[in-house]
Amino acid sequence: MAAVIETEGLTKAYGRQKAVDDLSFRVEEGEIFGFLGPNGAGKTTTLLMLLGLTEPSSGSARVLGFDPVREPLQVKSRVGYLPENVGFYHDMTAQENLSFVARLNNLTQEVARERVEAALVQVGLDGEREKLTGAYSRGMRQRLGIAELLIKDPKLIFLDEPTLGLDPDGINRMLDLIVSLAKNTGITVLLSSHLLHQVQRICDRVGIMRQGRLVDQGPIKELALKLGQGREEATLEEIYMRYFQEG
Amino acid sequence: MLTIFRKELADHFSSTRFLILFCLIAMVALVTTYMVGASLHSNLAGMAKPKYVFLYLFTSQGQLFSLAQFIAFFGPLIGLIMGFDAVNRERNAGTLSKLISQPIFRDAVINGKFLAGVVTVSVILLSLLLMISGLGLLIVGVVPGAEEIARLVVYFVVSVAYVSFWLGLAILFSIILRSIATSALAAVALWIFFSFFISFTSGLVANTVAPVDNPQDVEQVMAHDRISRAANLISPVVLYSEATSTILDPFRKTTKGLVMMGRLEQISMQRFQNPLPLDQSILVVVPYLTTLLALTVICFGVSYLTFMRQEIRSV
Repeated sequence: MAAVIETEGLTKAYGRQKAVDDLSFRVEEGEIFGFLGPNGAGKTTTLLMLLGLTEPSSGSARVLGFDPVREPLQVKSRVGYLPENVGFYHDMTAQENLSFVARLNNLTQEVARERVEAALVQVGLDGEREKLTGAYSRGMRQRLGIAELLIKDPKLIFLDEPTLGLDPDGINRMLDLIVSLAKNTGITVLLSSHLLHQVQRICDRVGIMRQGRLVDQGPIKELALKLGQGREEATLEEIYMRYFQEG
Repeated sequence: MLTIFRKELADHFSSTRFLILFCLIAMVALVTTYMVGASLHSNLAGMAKPKYVFLYLFTSQGQLFSLAQFIAFFGPLIGLIMGFDAVNRERNAGTLSKLISQPIFRDAVINGKFLAGVVTVSVILLSLLLMISGLGLLIVGVVPGAEEIARLVVYFVVSVAYVSFWLGLAILFSIILRSIATSALAAVALWIFFSFFISFTSGLVANTVAPVDNPQDVEQVMAHDRISRAANLISPVVLYSEATSTILDPFRKTTKGLVMMGRLEQISMQRFQNPLPLDQSILVVVPYLTTLLALTVICFGVSYLTFMRQEIRSV
């Protein structure tokens, strides 16, 4: 399998403090990779660097074969990014919001109309397309955020805390949506979260971050075996707690 | 950039604040024009038509203030209102991080916003000038000559640059300050300072640097006057007023105060009452115009740089 993301010693320093410190990891095509870590561990900063929205202090990254520092437009036209608090223009309807994004992506009117249509259906919002997004619930907004990513027909999507602040039903719908995207359309997903059960449910592999460093990475089963002290079935929560209690 | 420009433009024109602002300004302008026009009409009755009557519409003070003064004073407000929440509103709503994660250059956002603001301002000012001219034609009944129209065009261009300066300033505040209320306050504070308090401040500066102990001492009085004028010119409001009053009034041949003129200059001012041609009028105020333009460019440049270097993440 080809590497979709590959980083080498990626570091971001704000003054003397290192938000991300010597990060090296790979994400393969078609997998769901979860970034785990407490708030402030450098997850969002890593995503910003991979998108070319902020420059790394040192180290390098390749995203879909492009260098985000030198070719940010190439990266941004192929990668969808859902920020932690996604915003919409509240005085526009869902459909108008999506059409605006389609125009920003230089899509022709026909292609744009098709994609907006398809994206709304895929996230189950085609019934509320004429509603102003100001009237959307948080769960709907989050799904509209996913629809917005689909507009550019991405190869790779970054989801920053996609389930934060959703009710249980919303969380389930969101997770199912993410899994179906990865399995049915072959989109590679990189998500960051500090909510462990959810990550455990959908991720193929996880990377655990603490204070800017990647402490460990691998499939959840492997991590469990490594730390399980004989018990094979450690949950992610136990693995996680071990890492953070040691430090 | 075109996409953002179009959206911003549509936002401006459909916004309630644009409507309110436009109604307010149009109302004041029409009332003032009516008063000025009526008094011109009655003053001119029975007289031979003097030259450049049409420009009097803009420069003569009716009951309250002249239209040129009105624009110098309230024009900044147009710019401030168009720009004070341009960036931080999107930042707070979380749409900014979405915008810049689309495949566009980051400067497209700020260029699009600034340009849309400038176009909106131009539309407001142009329709204002046309309305005033139309009403003036009706009331005074004098058709403007080519020279007068040329002067008005120059006046329009300078005014757009002037309001654009305030627009750039407001956008700058909206980039630096995260809170919308704070950036609005900061912009308004600067506006009030430059329009009201600058004359006190320049007086203060002049009194400190070159105090006048003896009012009979010409050297002292001149030094005082020179410094207070220089300090005054820091304000774009003053720059603009000086520049446009010369452009709109062909009989104004210098921006110097009476104190600063030599005896001969004063005499020639009184004796020779011929209007200046347009290019000479412009020549008189070229330094003012360049400074005004430079201020606008600097203001936008600083916003541009700050925005490009800023890290944008959703909060």
